[in-house]
Amino acid sequence: MGEPLLRVQRLFKSFGGVSATDDLSLDVLPGEIHALIGPNGAGKTTFIGQLMGEIEPDSGAMFFDGAGIGGLSTPKRVRRGIARTFQITQLLSDQTALDNVALAVQAGQGHSFRFLKSAANDFSLRSPAREYLDVAGLGGRADVRVSQLSHGERKQLELAVALATKPRLLLLDEPMAGLGASESRAMVAALKRMKGGISILLVEHDMDAVFALADRISVLVYGRIIASGAPADIQADAQVRAAYLGEGES
Amino acid sequence: MDDPSKKSGFAPRKNVRSVLLVALALVLLAVLPQLAELFDQPAMVSLATRIVILAIAAASLNLALGYCGLVSFGHAAWYGIGGYVVGILYKHYVSGDPLFGLPLGTDQMLITLPVAILVSGLFAAVFGALSLRTSGVQFIMITLAFAQMIFFFFVALKAYGGDDGLIVRRRNILPLIDARDGATFYWVCLFIAIAWFALLRRIVGSRFGAVLAGVRQSERRMAAIGVSTYRYKLAVFVISGMGAGLAGALMANHARFVSPDMLHWTQSGEFMIMVILGGAGTLLGPAAGAAVLILLETQLAAFTEHWQVILGPLLVLMILFTRGGLSGLLKLLRGGSNG
Repeated sequence: MGEPLLRVQRLFKSFGGVSATDDLSLDVLPGEIHALIGPNGAGKTTFIGQLMGEIEPDSGAMFFDGAGIGGLSTPKRVRRGIARTFQITQLLSDQTALDNVALAVQAGQGHSFRFLKSAANDFSLRSPAREYLDVAGLGGRADVRVSQLSHGERKQLELAVALATKPRLLLLDEPMAGLGASESRAMVAALKRMKGGISILLVEHDMDAVFALADRISVLVYGRIIASGAPADIQADAQVRAAYLGEGES
Repeated sequence: MDDPSKKSGFAPRKNVRSVLLVALALVLLAVLPQLAELFDQPAMVSLATRIVILAIAAASLNLALGYCGLVSFGHAAWYGIGGYVVGILYKHYVSGDPLFGLPLGTDQMLITLPVAILVSGLFAAVFGALSLRTSGVQFIMITLAFAQMIFFFFVALKAYGGDDGLIVRRRNILPLIDARDGATFYWVCLFIAIAWFALLRRIVGSRFGAVLAGVRQSERRMAAIGVSTYRYKLAVFVISGMGAGLAGALMANHARFVSPDMLHWTQSGEFMIMVILGGAGTLLGPAAGAAVLILLETQLAAFTEHWQVILGPLLVLMILFTRGGLSGLLKLLRGGSNG
């Protein structure tokens, strides 16, 4: 087993006395899909926020590829190779799907202090952007404005934009939430195609998707990891069933 | 804000009719002095010069406000500083007194305009670097506060006229052309305005412009794709300040007078009204906004001394019902769909 790509050690975060992340330790190995499941309010999104540097943890350590990333700004972490998608999509709504991805490609090409040359006709931006849209299954909707895209398509676009930053670690915040059955299948298929290349931390409620994709699963309840292991072990774990899988999972 | 009229810098849709419209407007603007003579309206040239100059300032503010979402309520500061550069250089040129110990006074427009642009850019860089640490309402208030600081500084600056301002007895000169002729100066301003708008168009469509549009729509998204937004916001703030400084320098030449009024917060407000009235985030909107506001002001002022009572509600109605200012209105009239 190689060195983990992401290693989180004893992370704590509380908001006004309410503990959102409670002694959380976790790692993601190169090429693996590590799923993080747990009921609403378990602190999954808060955890992603801390990994990205959007939220400052109270204490604990985070290492990416062997180097500490605590204290780095979000853009710096992105440039090191961590990307996220948002559960509530954060896209440039006045612009087309292709524009959104092209901007992420542009950001990966260094500074944007280029004032005169047209970006809209820049082949070095548009062409890779189209490829990322294809990977996310959105190739046919490249020139549609975000405001005209369906909820599911926006989720796919989130994925394409994140991929365009060429991440080594992808943090997916409920990529299936709100998707229809066929959209969900398309997203699972897209993630399966990526499997083995990019390491993924997958936060998801859709258990079918989680069991179809994950190499390992950790269960988060009230900011605390109560179980971690292979999908079969998690399914068999009585504590997990009581805390989570058992309670009205449809 | 989900405003369809806010077009991005990306992939400008070629619309033959708007190209023709702009071409027609340019031709009319170019022959305006002749038209003024034809219709025996000599005051028209001066009025048009004022509109052209204010359009430069409004378009500059629009780059920061409309395209990047930086609601600066202090753009009169850069405009006024540009004006004072012309006034102060002229005063030293006439008196021969040294400035900073050096014989720097001049009345050469080829020197005064670039110096005005640089000095206002420098001030915008310093104040922008501080203001941009904040965002939202704080940013609006801090830009306003900085502008008022500069306003009171010049009010107190007795060496350069204080409250009364500075008179620039004779307009700056240009080699080969007689800028002191009203029509010629109008053409100079028009030429500079066209060049400035052309430059803005390139900027908005560039990689830099793409980042601006991104910052306006979601700073969180920009961070998540690895863009540190601060330096881009500072850059656009400085470019925007430089444009306002250029307009101020031209206005000082046009009015042959600079005073703290140029720096007053109401002037900042007027620039904002021009931008919003014309359509924030559209290339030509601010020019249209400047034209309509100034024409309304002059027409209503001729009609009644309480013209503001009419202008205020009129502006409110226009902004409420056109959604996106005059640019939005144009779109509505054409029955244009979303986009």
